[in-house]
Amino acid sequence: MRPDLEIIQHWIASESRVLDLGCGDGSLLQYLKQTKNVSDIGLEIDPENINECLSRGVNVIEQNIDHGLANFQSDSFDTVLLTQTLQALSNPDLLIDEMLRIGKNGIVTFPNFGNWKSRLYLLSRGRMPVSKFMPYQWYNTPNIHFCTVRDFDNLCLEKNIKVLTRTVVDNSHKGAWYINAWPNWLGEIAIYHLTRN
Amino acid sequence: MPAIIPPDSVGLVQPELHHFDEPLTLRSGKVLPAYDLMVETYGELNEDKNNGILICHALSGDHHAAGYNSMEDSKPGWWNECIGPGKPIDTDLFYVVSINNLGGCGGSTGPCSTNPETGKYFGPDFPIVTVRDWVKSQRRLTDRLGIDKWAAVIGGSLGGMQVLRWAISYPERLNHAIAIASAPKLSAQNIAFNEVARQSITSDPNFHAGRYLEHNTSPKKGLTLARMVGHITYLSESAFRSKFGKEAEEAGTESSNFGRDLRTGELSFGFNIDFQVESYLHFQGERFSENFDANTYMLMTKALDYFDPSVDYEGDLSKAFAHSDCKFFLMSFTSDWRFPPERSRELVENLLRTNREVSYIEIEADQGHDAFLLPIPRYIDAFRNYLKKVHEELSA
Repeated sequence: MRPDLEIIQHWIASESRVLDLGCGDGSLLQYLKQTKNVSDIGLEIDPENINECLSRGVNVIEQNIDHGLANFQSDSFDTVLLTQTLQALSNPDLLIDEMLRIGKNGIVTFPNFGNWKSRLYLLSRGRMPVSKFMPYQWYNTPNIHFCTVRDFDNLCLEKNIKVLTRTVVDNSHKGAWYINAWPNWLGEIAIYHLTRN
Repeated sequence: MPAIIPPDSVGLVQPELHHFDEPLTLRSGKVLPAYDLMVETYGELNEDKNNGILICHALSGDHHAAGYNSMEDSKPGWWNECIGPGKPIDTDLFYVVSINNLGGCGGSTGPCSTNPETGKYFGPDFPIVTVRDWVKSQRRLTDRLGIDKWAAVIGGSLGGMQVLRWAISYPERLNHAIAIASAPKLSAQNIAFNEVARQSITSDPNFHAGRYLEHNTSPKKGLTLARMVGHITYLSESAFRSKFGKEAEEAGTESSNFGRDLRTGELSFGFNIDFQVESYLHFQGERFSENFDANTYMLMTKALDYFDPSVDYEGDLSKAFAHSDCKFFLMSFTSDWRFPPERSRELVENLLRTNREVSYIEIEADQGHDAFLLPIPRYIDAFRNYLKKVHEELSA
């Protein structure tokens, strides 16, 4: 399992209702169903991923989350997940609002652009960072809204969103103490557990 | 005629007539004292009797969904693309039951049957049946077959509406409700097209107020017209274009003449058939009118018009699904303008409002409403994957 998922699964209660925005191949929802008996709905737009969800028996709805979530009722889910998708959205701030309208709490994970490697890449080469982890060129990247841990902290502050837990891990997905001591420098993946204030 | 039966076909099949003596009270209040249902089955019912799949047909369908009734058949059953060994509705895994609905003309009791009260054809006296009545009769067949719970009930278009009704009326009798290219109720435009169809039939002088069989005739012209109008709504603009573009590869390019190829290349300067699309429609309509009953067509369009499960729930469709514990799988096709994707999304939204388990996919397809009958790769793959999982669950 992807290590950010390994961490967040502990924040999801048994028998709860979980909505996964951009659920990919459905492996997380399938795991949560098997281990915690959650009621699941995943949203996805990639046909191959959707097919994989159907094979896994995960409930999947073909829906572009960039077009909004107006078809979901307020407070209709316990947890709404947004893993590694934030940076690809047209309006990430509006989606965060929607997540916390629909779910009692939300979990967001994203690549931290404030990581020292990105900073060094930009500083030394003067070009947009390309790495094994972010393999796209600036013109073909689906990731149109990169942000840093500090940016996201600020967004939560502005929106009066309560951060229940914030943790960061590196690319080997280890969350050593020193990484969390300097999250915006050392963290490669940021993981937030949010709720309304 | 199939020279040989293909290996992925259910092969030669024979329908079976089931008689029911228990009176059926219809939604209109009228009662059918007794009735017959014509049924075809494919595959084997397992020991636990839990691998049954019920197929619900659409407007012009019947019980003959797959395979051939004889080696002389020119075409297999109407959903042969999806039902058979190794096909999405895999007859190696499932016991598939396909039924001709009441009021139909495929052998079940309908306008062409004899009314026991008069000894004559029912004709226009056959009571108006609704989706709810069909599902009630299908449930009785379910009991008759000894099936406690269907693994899935599946249908497209009007068939999908029966699936939804199953999930509302008898949620404890099915695991999965699969509704394809369907809608929660008809739009005003849908009803308008149906009314044109009915008017075409009733204004044919051979209609004789529905008693045409007693006059040894039938309103073929009217039924042809009705089908021509209907057929236009089943196809998309792009489907017409690719059927009648100058050449298939030119379709969609500037040199294409937008699907209006001339039949002979010369204009007749008269009111004759000049364009291929005209003769195509005539052919479709006429072939249909040879094989279908006009009163049945009238009934089926009314059943469509009347379908609206929200009427019992103050217009709130989500409440209709409040006890539908089955899982839902909905599919729609992008170019379908009869029951477009928005109508399926409306269903999804209402299912979500009452916390139902639902999957939904929107398939990119040019073929219009008829796409649900065609072997479109993404559709077939998703359908197969879903049903494989349904089968896995049976042994879990």
